[in-house]
Amino acid sequence: MLAFTLRRAVQAIGVMFAVGIIAFSMFRFAGDPVNQIVSIDTSAAEREVVRKSLGLDDPVPVQFVRYFADAAQFKFGVSYQFRQPVSTLLMERMPATLELAICATIFAMVLGILMGVYSALKRDTMLAKLFQAVSLIGISLPTFLIGILLIYLFAVTLGWLPSFGRGEVVKLGWWTTGLLTLSGLKALIMPSITLGLFQMTLIMRLVRAEMLEVLRTDYIRFARARGLTTRAVHFGHALKNTLIPVITVAGLQFGSVIAFSIITETVFQWPGMGLLFVQAVQNVDIPIMAAYLLMVSLIFVTINLAVDILYTVVDPRLRSTVGRAA
Amino acid sequence: MTDTVLSVRNLQVEFASRRGTLRAIDGVSLDIAKGEVLGVVGESGAGKSVTGLAVIGLIDPPGRIAGGEIHLSGMRIDNLPPEEMRRVRGKRIGMIFQDPLTSLNPLYRVGDQIVETIRTHLNLSEQAARRRAIDLLAEVGIPAPEKRIDGYPHEFSGGMRQRVVIALAICAEPELIIADEPTTALDVSVQAQIISLIKRLGRDHGTAVMLVTHDMGVIAETSDRVAVMYAGRVAEIGPVQDVVKNPLHPYAKGLMGAIPTLAGDDKRLVQIPGSMPRLSAIPRGCSFNPRCAFAFDRCRVERPEPLRQGAQSVACHLYDKAPAENAA
Repeated sequence: MLAFTLRRAVQAIGVMFAVGIIAFSMFRFAGDPVNQIVSIDTSAAEREVVRKSLGLDDPVPVQFVRYFADAAQFKFGVSYQFRQPVSTLLMERMPATLELAICATIFAMVLGILMGVYSALKRDTMLAKLFQAVSLIGISLPTFLIGILLIYLFAVTLGWLPSFGRGEVVKLGWWTTGLLTLSGLKALIMPSITLGLFQMTLIMRLVRAEMLEVLRTDYIRFARARGLTTRAVHFGHALKNTLIPVITVAGLQFGSVIAFSIITETVFQWPGMGLLFVQAVQNVDIPIMAAYLLMVSLIFVTINLAVDILYTVVDPRLRSTVGRAA
Repeated sequence: MTDTVLSVRNLQVEFASRRGTLRAIDGVSLDIAKGEVLGVVGESGAGKSVTGLAVIGLIDPPGRIAGGEIHLSGMRIDNLPPEEMRRVRGKRIGMIFQDPLTSLNPLYRVGDQIVETIRTHLNLSEQAARRRAIDLLAEVGIPAPEKRIDGYPHEFSGGMRQRVVIALAICAEPELIIADEPTTALDVSVQAQIISLIKRLGRDHGTAVMLVTHDMGVIAETSDRVAVMYAGRVAEIGPVQDVVKNPLHPYAKGLMGAIPTLAGDDKRLVQIPGSMPRLSAIPRGCSFNPRCAFAFDRCRVERPEPLRQGAQSVACHLYDKAPAENAA
């Protein structure tokens, strides 16, 4: 088990190294960083001073090692546009994005599993068919359209919910949270639904398909032949087996939720990392872009690792194969 | 017949399909007495398993019991509401399926699955149920049951898993066990152990056993009586010695002729020509008539009803009016 975790961790570091190379090469190939910093009438001599102070005159491998060593300590250089350390900027914005992503995921998981189980068990009811139809809409409508429609309905027409921002936030150390104020919670609703809708329909369809599959297996038939209650068969035996693939998908989707929050954050002007990234792209602020790339891949890699470990917790068969392989 | 545990009368099971209704079971009648093992043999698709599933009430839509009656110790069970039938399953009827590798839920310890079943049917505390589970595992021949009870199904071999399945089937002392091909998925060496285990349990607890299989060897070894099924009907039923040594129905004769013997005679095994008809194309009259060497005009028109021949009962026109003629 430990050996398995370690092996996966080493693989994860390998992935991060590869992403680091890509992030670093952005600096080399997305134009001369010095031009981004200085103004048009800066003299050549002054440009050289800036170049030297940033260490850009060193050989490429030296620069790469330095960049990587800094990145490992969460130092990503200074933003060209804000003149502040990128890590500070990201840390400021991270709570907003994480809160949004977690709310969206909880929304997606809870509703997705409930609707999926219902439409598997009561396949022929009107409600189950309605869920199927709605899930098609959820899967095919683009995020920004849903966001704009929600804003039009609940913010503009009905005036129930704010159309942008996080509302009032409370500071808990370096973490800022919108979960403790009414306006913060109200501001979370629409972005969470917008961000989580796709995942919700995905999870619902997955749970439905898996559940139907599991209900056909021999051990479910045997569980019924043992006279267990319908509830025990459906929720004790069938649902647990259904959840194994759901955990994987939901876990991996959490990474995409964070990555794709760019669109939702733009629509709702949500002050998170995604919005920061969009601003960075508009201003060719490469340190932020590179750092964002590293952050998102770090999150993805961590989630992958966590999902692998969680798998072995749920499924005893993997525990022993993992143990034997190690 | 006060000690009749299971009594099936004129059972009919239908499956609705796109091309109309298929009748998988057409007028099956059989009885099993207390402590008796009834073997049910036939080719695949003869309706053996469906009969077992109908008795335990697990025919899933689009299938349904279309007619007939099933009585368990005098109580009619084929028309019970689902919740009451659930209480019968596992408590009064235990079932063993073919494949022990897939019969157990892989995510739960075997002990949890046994305790869960015991506590569903008997009013026992967690500890008492666990003690009972250990006793059951010991009874079905699992070594070190107090340790193995916390194992997961994948940690057991196929034969051991089938023992666990049997422990689950008998955990509430059922009156009837339905074993649907319990040894088909197992090694030959393990088969004999499982068969003798089922036989011993039936004897010790006075349980009636319905043993569904296509293996005549298993039937001959285990059963007291045997029912030969063909195309959803019982062709012949009777004491196992009589049916094996002196089969009456031409199909039963063909089946017995196809059993290889160890005596070493180098005769070719008898083959029944053709194959069993599909459910959508069951011939008129006797469903065996196209393959039967003795078929005459009446067989192609009129369906034979079961006729008593000593201890045996056979559904064949050959025995109507002229009993001794073809009995050899």
